[in-house]
Amino acid sequence: MPSELVKNYFRTQNLPHIWCPGCGNGIVTRALVKAVDSLGLDKDKVCVVSGIGCSSRAPGYLDFNTLHTTHGRALAFATGVKMANPELKVIVITGDGDSSAIGGNHLIHACRRNIDITTVVFNNNTYGMTGGQFSPTTPTGDKGTTAPYGNVDPNFDLCNLATAAGASYVARGTVFAANQLEKNIIAGIQNKGFSFIEAMSTCPTYYGRKNRKGNAVDMTTYLKENAINKVAWDKLPEEKKEGKFVIGELHSIERPEYTEQYDKLIASLRKEG
Amino acid sequence: MTVKLMQGNEACVAGALRAGMKFYAGYPITPSTEIAELSAEALPKVGGKFIQMEDEIGGIAATLGGSLTGLKSMTATSGPGFSLKQENIGYGIITETPCVIVNVQRSGPSTGLPTSPAQGDIMQSRWGTHGDHSIITLYPSSVKEIYYTTIRAFNLAEKYRTPVILLLDEIIGHMREKIEIPENDDVEIIDRKKPTCDPSEYKAFKVKDGDIVPEMAAFGQGYRYHVTGLVHDETGFPSGNEHVADKLLNRLIDKIENNKDDIVTYEEYLLDDADIAIVSFGSIARSSKTAVDTLRSQGYKVGLFRPITIWPSPEEQLVELASKVKKIYVVELNAGQYFLEVERIAGRHTQVGKYGKINGDIITPEEIVAVVKEDQNA
Repeated sequence: MPSELVKNYFRTQNLPHIWCPGCGNGIVTRALVKAVDSLGLDKDKVCVVSGIGCSSRAPGYLDFNTLHTTHGRALAFATGVKMANPELKVIVITGDGDSSAIGGNHLIHACRRNIDITTVVFNNNTYGMTGGQFSPTTPTGDKGTTAPYGNVDPNFDLCNLATAAGASYVARGTVFAANQLEKNIIAGIQNKGFSFIEAMSTCPTYYGRKNRKGNAVDMTTYLKENAINKVAWDKLPEEKKEGKFVIGELHSIERPEYTEQYDKLIASLRKEG
Repeated sequence: MTVKLMQGNEACVAGALRAGMKFYAGYPITPSTEIAELSAEALPKVGGKFIQMEDEIGGIAATLGGSLTGLKSMTATSGPGFSLKQENIGYGIITETPCVIVNVQRSGPSTGLPTSPAQGDIMQSRWGTHGDHSIITLYPSSVKEIYYTTIRAFNLAEKYRTPVILLLDEIIGHMREKIEIPENDDVEIIDRKKPTCDPSEYKAFKVKDGDIVPEMAAFGQGYRYHVTGLVHDETGFPSGNEHVADKLLNRLIDKIENNKDDIVTYEEYLLDDADIAIVSFGSIARSSKTAVDTLRSQGYKVGLFRPITIWPSPEEQLVELASKVKKIYVVELNAGQYFLEVERIAGRHTQVGKYGKINGDIITPEEIVAVVKEDQNA
């Protein structure tokens, strides 16, 4: 029997999902739905937008206004949706390649505008849908089907990118620490501005197998053992950060929100007129 | 009655506002930029929204997002930007999202002669996006006609739930002419049909008996449905079933091709007794019209057929025309794009010739007169 959460928020007629056994996407999707549930959002006023890739299939399973767009363009479509109706809570589900390679331009500009959209990146370090090519977040030296000798490309730190581009809330979580991920998504949705949450996921089928990272449990264990909370991370000497990564809330500031500013402009012009 | 000296691009914005445009997303590009500038100025005053996106692709994507959220939406561009928008024009087609995409054509390929005129996107407007599909492309030829054709572009987009391409060119986009806009006009404004059923019964992509397209709910209005660029069934959810694909993709073509009587518009000038016809559109139709007058004064029985709806093409009318005249000249500011379509349709019934140019210069009436006379007297 599906849980109450599944019954209330999933389009159960469309399940089971297409994701491989051991994929972390289900955990991230659940964290997102739990966040929406604990905030008590009106489902009619939530719009979930995605691009193309494994993670971008998630909206099809979710009982909101859902928009599965073209590769890399989720944030540009979502910008149109949010501008057209700022009352909507707009959430973007995207992958590492979708958001930071083909969609990289839309990402930095959505951050710059600080438009009130919550973006959750399902980062599995690979292009899973197309069979495991290296992505902008595949660590240098790791293999993909298009990096048979190891990836020469340096990889992005997506959270640093979002922070530098102007996002007002930035956090990173993992599919091991799902409860904390959920809390970060809650905070992201509550933030009036552009929120960026990177969810470190697992792809045992392609990335894991190609790089001998073991099975789903091994890969999740890796996330458990190498993720360090922001508070501890800040106290850690540099040499102990080697091979580890920071999770938790990384950046939170107040900045004017885009649609609010535009609505003020409308109000001032209409007052004059 | 407002009488104004108006630029073509300005008339396009005025028409869009009259049609109910409430959302514009775009990216600056010559020679369409005035459309963005004037939309930026006008929209917030009427409670509408303008956003300058980070690139051309973002422009069309946000436009589609705005439309799905219930606002009549438009974007404008020129050749290079039109190329960049093509993937998402296909998304608009398969998801049946109404919007107007203006392409003020300039010389290409690539950066080409960016400030020079051309009519080089006739085929791009038909086949620019991948896969089999139909499309509506309109092409006015005066400032006044730009105003009314822009309104019609919105109406057709809403009625047939599809992106409509409005082709202009550098000449008519930047040309200024007198235009009279009545205060209380009786222009028909069409809005998309919205569902009234209980949300639990809403099938987002089912066509009701007697309707042309599915009823369209806006995001946020209580009908929680799914929109995807994947082939989808009547519920909107993806399907890999061949029958579902067959039904959807053919329906998207048929809703346009089976309604050509409603969609196709054209102008006929001095064709009643003509034995020679010129087919021409946009700015070049104006040169052609003057050429017709000159040739008439010299004893040639010439007339002009000017398609205003470029796609779907006026097939029936061209066949009829071909049965009456001994030769058709397709005169266009390209190397012979619409000629291919006219020859396909009329080539079995009469001779079809072409005259074009791709050097950034316009085609003058004198050139057309010379071409026709030389050929007729050969």
